[in-house]
Amino acid sequence: MAHPDATGEEHAVQPIQLLAPDGTLAEHEVYSPYISQLGEQDLRDLYRLMATERRMDAEATSLQRQGQLALWVPALGQEAAQAGTVSALRSTDMIFPTYREHVMALHRGIRPDELIQLFRATAHSGWNPHDHAMNTYMVVLGAQTLHAVGWAMGIQRDVAAGGTDQGHGADELVLACLGDGASSQGDVHESMVFASSYELPVLYFIQNNHWAISVPASTQSRGPLADRAAGYGFEGVQVDGNDVLASYAVAAHLGGQVRQGGPKLIESITYRMGAHTTADDPSKYRSSEEVESWKAKDPIERYRRWLQAAGHADETYFSEVDQEAADVAADLRRAVQELEPLPLEEAMDAVYAEPHRQVETDKSWLKEYEAGFAEDGAPARGEGGAR
Amino acid sequence: MNHGQARRADSHPASPRSSRHGSRGGRAAESTPASPDVAVPPGEEETADHGADTGEQPAPPRELVLAKAINAALRDELTEDAKTLLIGEDIGALGGVFRVTEGLQKEFGPQRVVDSPLAESGIIGTSIGMAMRGYRPVVEIQFDGFVFPAFNQITTQLAKIRSRTLGKVAAPLTIRLPYGGSIGSIEHHSESPEALFAHTAGLRVITPSNAHDAYWMTRQAIRCDDPVIILEPKRRYWLKGLVDFSTPAQDAFTAQVVREGTDATIACYGPLVPVALAAAQVAAEDGRSIEVVDVRSISPLDDETIARSAAKTQRLVVAHEAPTFGGFGAEIAARVGERAHHRLAAPVLRVGGFHMPYPPSQQEHRYLPDIDRMLEAVDRSFSYPRR
Repeated sequence: MAHPDATGEEHAVQPIQLLAPDGTLAEHEVYSPYISQLGEQDLRDLYRLMATERRMDAEATSLQRQGQLALWVPALGQEAAQAGTVSALRSTDMIFPTYREHVMALHRGIRPDELIQLFRATAHSGWNPHDHAMNTYMVVLGAQTLHAVGWAMGIQRDVAAGGTDQGHGADELVLACLGDGASSQGDVHESMVFASSYELPVLYFIQNNHWAISVPASTQSRGPLADRAAGYGFEGVQVDGNDVLASYAVAAHLGGQVRQGGPKLIESITYRMGAHTTADDPSKYRSSEEVESWKAKDPIERYRRWLQAAGHADETYFSEVDQEAADVAADLRRAVQELEPLPLEEAMDAVYAEPHRQVETDKSWLKEYEAGFAEDGAPARGEGGAR
Repeated sequence: MNHGQARRADSHPASPRSSRHGSRGGRAAESTPASPDVAVPPGEEETADHGADTGEQPAPPRELVLAKAINAALRDELTEDAKTLLIGEDIGALGGVFRVTEGLQKEFGPQRVVDSPLAESGIIGTSIGMAMRGYRPVVEIQFDGFVFPAFNQITTQLAKIRSRTLGKVAAPLTIRLPYGGSIGSIEHHSESPEALFAHTAGLRVITPSNAHDAYWMTRQAIRCDDPVIILEPKRRYWLKGLVDFSTPAQDAFTAQVVREGTDATIACYGPLVPVALAAAQVAAEDGRSIEVVDVRSISPLDDETIARSAAKTQRLVVAHEAPTFGGFGAEIAARVGERAHHRLAAPVLRVGGFHMPYPPSQQEHRYLPDIDRMLEAVDRSFSYPRR
């Protein structure tokens, strides 16, 4: 099966697909064995993760529409690409995400109230990257691919020094996430040069969701992004990103090779069914026919059909998941209402590790200035939160 | 690219408009040895093997050129901390285009002294990733004008990682940046970007002007838990000075009065400190007592020390090589004005480059502040009556 890109042209490369949109599973010599190793619980967990994130995502979109969030970045349609890939990693493999990896964040135990702080604009990040082996979201496109490669340079040196002092295994890998738009950034190119030259354990994960805001993937590249890897001296594979089983198997297979040293690249062919962010209107730049054609390839529906048909899950299970997802959405809504903005003083204290004269001066000035309002009989500004 | 030109630094012919002070032998009074070629330090020993500070008695004071003092600082930090490493273009076998890292790869191996691909953003970005994992990378950017491809990584990433994560992720990274003019080179090899980095909260920016400071400020920068940019005054790499290895003169992030005086103050940093000292010497022959403040730290700025000196002498001239318009001198002038306006007899005057890209170096002697330009500003300051 070939995936038409946004211009309607067919890619020459055939993305790896195991699970067809109609829910039938095909055999693949290399990749099927990875699926047969998954137990029933693993198979169900993949569904739970996708369905829960989709529900939370819808809630966040509503919250933005109600003015509760500054912005939301929907992952609608990309659940399988992320769920399959993250499930193939070890919990100690560091992830360097973009700003859309909500499925991965949930999988890594990042709570809705932590995830939402960036979008609620109460803090720039709500979690400690070291606690979840997942870096903070990255707003500057492609910058994180270099950080991922540097992290991998650290792994390489830790291993050479006789082990790691962070409790990680010797055959750790790093997942460098990016989108089709970011693939045009110079940092991505530089990161691939470093990763290849130093034979670093980096798994590149491009979610080609076909649109960089309003610019189609064909403007980023006239050929498959997977083919770019060859130009740097390593392998790239295209996978059907709406097929959670293929996404899992390809990440497991290539990840295993990356652990032995040297980068690999996955181009996950998927589709962003919603807007780029809640700030844009996709109907202005793409046809409803295109969107409809991708709805027919929905990653969650497809997987649900197969789970049912193969007898891995029944209606009771799906109802349970729906309830859990509703609970997560409720948690998110509650968190949004309860979150307090980070006091400006704390943000000032975090700029430098060691005292800095100008920050100290600014901080004292602010304190005195705001105290002046209290002396006039009004409560001091900055106290009790700004909202 | 040919980085070096066989032109003598600081020995340009007298400009036509320099007659006022030229008769006083101004330029000749500057004690800096000229460099015949930027890439080959004249008559310097191969190594600066003064004995690393490994808990034993520190080596006795020794006369070193500034470049070798930095080399010694790097060697000592590499010896003391296995997590410190150097990375940059041509810093290994070649020892850097200025030979600052000479001999270090041979001593510490290619994993500790890393020849990087030619990619400035890649060097900074990967170093950020290593720093996140607990390493202390010391980056060499080959020339001031080549830092701009990495500007994004420095300003949107390096400077913000700590505050973005509220201190949970540290980025203790040191960037060594040879800067400034008067080496007779071509475009992009003579710039002074200090104001751009000083304006970016989260960074520290320092610039030594002599060998002793170069040794200690480099060591203090590497040990600092914040990212530090060391602007190395490249035309002073061959300036000899006594390095006392037993104790730093003072903290790297402070200013220092390097010559006492009573009638006016010249505040400057890096390459211009020897020029100011020479100007003060010339002025002394005219019966004027000039105090010279070596600013040393651009961010944080020790405005207190500068203002104290200005308040004492009542007159302040600020000098730097970068264009005066929007330059760092404006920040010093404003801050000293706020602190000591009522103590000043004259407005703070600035001496610097013109509002133009750095000129072709055949004309740089007319662009760069020299003794005559500094003394002209002092004269202007004296045109205001003492309070």
